[in-house]
Amino acid sequence: MDFAFIFQTMKTLLAAVPMTLGLFFLSVSSGGLLALLIVWMRVAKNPILSNFAKGYIFVFRGSPLLIQMFLVFYGLGQFGFIRYSFLWPFLREPFVCAVLSLALCTAGYSAEIFRGGLRAVPAREIEAARSIGMSGFLLVRRIIGPIAFRHALPAYSTEIVMMVKSTALASLVTVWEVTGVAQRLISQTYRTMEVFLCAAVIYLVLNFLILQAMALLEYRLSHHRRAAVSRLP
Amino acid sequence: MVHEHSSDPSTATVNRLSVRNIRKKFGSLEVLRGISLEADDGDVISILGSSGSGKSTFLRCINLLEIADEGEIWVDGEHINMVKKHGKNMPASSKQVDHIRAELGMVFQSFNLWSHMTILQNVIEGPVHVLKRPRAECIAEAEALLEKVGIAEKRHAYPAHLSGGQQQRAAIARALAMRPKVMLFDEPTSALDPELVGEVLRVMRALAEEGMTMLVVTHEMNFARDVSNRVVFMREGQIDCTGAPPEMFSGESSPAFRQFIGNFRG
Ligand SMILES: Nc1ncnc2c1ncn2[C@@H]1O[C@H](COP(=O)(O)OP(=O)(O)OP(=O)(O)O)[C@@H](O)[C@H]1O
Ligand SMILES: [Mg+2]
Repeated sequence: MDFAFIFQTMKTLLAAVPMTLGLFFLSVSSGGLLALLIVWMRVAKNPILSNFAKGYIFVFRGSPLLIQMFLVFYGLGQFGFIRYSFLWPFLREPFVCAVLSLALCTAGYSAEIFRGGLRAVPAREIEAARSIGMSGFLLVRRIIGPIAFRHALPAYSTEIVMMVKSTALASLVTVWEVTGVAQRLISQTYRTMEVFLCAAVIYLVLNFLILQAMALLEYRLSHHRRAAVSRLP
Repeated sequence: MVHEHSSDPSTATVNRLSVRNIRKKFGSLEVLRGISLEADDGDVISILGSSGSGKSTFLRCINLLEIADEGEIWVDGEHINMVKKHGKNMPASSKQVDHIRAELGMVFQSFNLWSHMTILQNVIEGPVHVLKRPRAECIAEAEALLEKVGIAEKRHAYPAHLSGGQQQRAAIARALAMRPKVMLFDEPTSALDPELVGEVLRVMRALAEEGMTMLVVTHEMNFARDVSNRVVFMREGQIDCTGAPPEMFSGESSPAFRQFIGNFRG
């Protein structure tokens, strides 16, 4: 094994980690916020809102992320109102396009995950909150949200890990994150195995850290359930 | 012995709770068919009746978890305003709904504690976030309430840690923390193992002795006879008969009520 080469490759790839993390954090946070909006529409009584949300979720879960990304990257410029708007200097950036399509896509998945969490909130606990005079945003913030989030967390961890891996697609719209840099190295050195192995190790380490953080969060938010389990004989 | 009303709550001394001719349908099923009831300060009213007679629906209409199709409700002299929307009765103001609910303590058959909060957090939730009172003050009051219902040592436990009787006592403390004008109990002991019923009834009896105004839907005949000062017997969505426990239980009631309590003795 050529340790010198692997060391050099690692160094080059690690330099691209901030780009991967940037894609990841920006798209997960904005996608998460968008998901809250979508799930709010999805469970709304208004049929226009809920059907729009259903359509959104169907489109972004039902089509390949890569095609969504290409459509954003190559497609947005076709629209005059976008091309000549003040947003164009941003929207023409590959990084912005990648974040935008990653966020739009994860919002569709996350909205369904959050909806599952909402459905798991016991109606009785909501009723108890109403009976002391809670309603509207206070009810969501204090009772429905916290309970739903706890139920959604395991599935949401999976979505977050998927997002780390999905950032690799940004290489195809010329964002120089870890996978993109790896491919460039390969085209220069023709040493496919070593370079891709190094890249895989980097993704594994990132996901390991993220999963640890999510597990810790889940642990801290589930005292009440552990208590229930430990009572069993 | 159908209950009749003469006093007008807007002119007479203010009742804690006054309900006038409440009607409620679920689809074509008429669940409440004109119910009227008044509770003065310190009244403890037991509501009896067989399953499906509309007892829960009646309590739920009072604290607006269900909206009656017809009828008037006053809580502590305040009239609950209704409007017709698409031919359906609706509360005129959601603010008033929240305010009225905050004044009525509700205790459910299945406790309905918030599972992700400790007992203490359950009890201070309403005072801190609905009444917006200072947190430290709420904690002190909550600890006193938990002491009173006998589960102070469980204040940092989660509901799943507790027995049914302890959970129900915590739920009573949670309702009391709102300093309600009237407490509504919907079969508070029906989900409990027999040996746990007593501890909850003791708490309720102590409340009654302190002068809390209470409406109690129950199947506990001893509680109805010994603790309440009025018994209401509901049948098919109406008040079949009502009166003080001594008369009701000595046979001066309706045939249907005699048969009803006969089933309990038998
Ligand atoms: N949300 C609802 N939708 C449709 N029907 C309902 C609803 N709630 C209650 N009912 C019906 O109304 C009738 C009265 O119900 P309610 O729960 O008030 O009776 P109850 O006297 O409390 O009985 P129990 O002693 O079994 O608790 C029942 O026939 C019930 O099936
Ligand atoms: Mg009932």
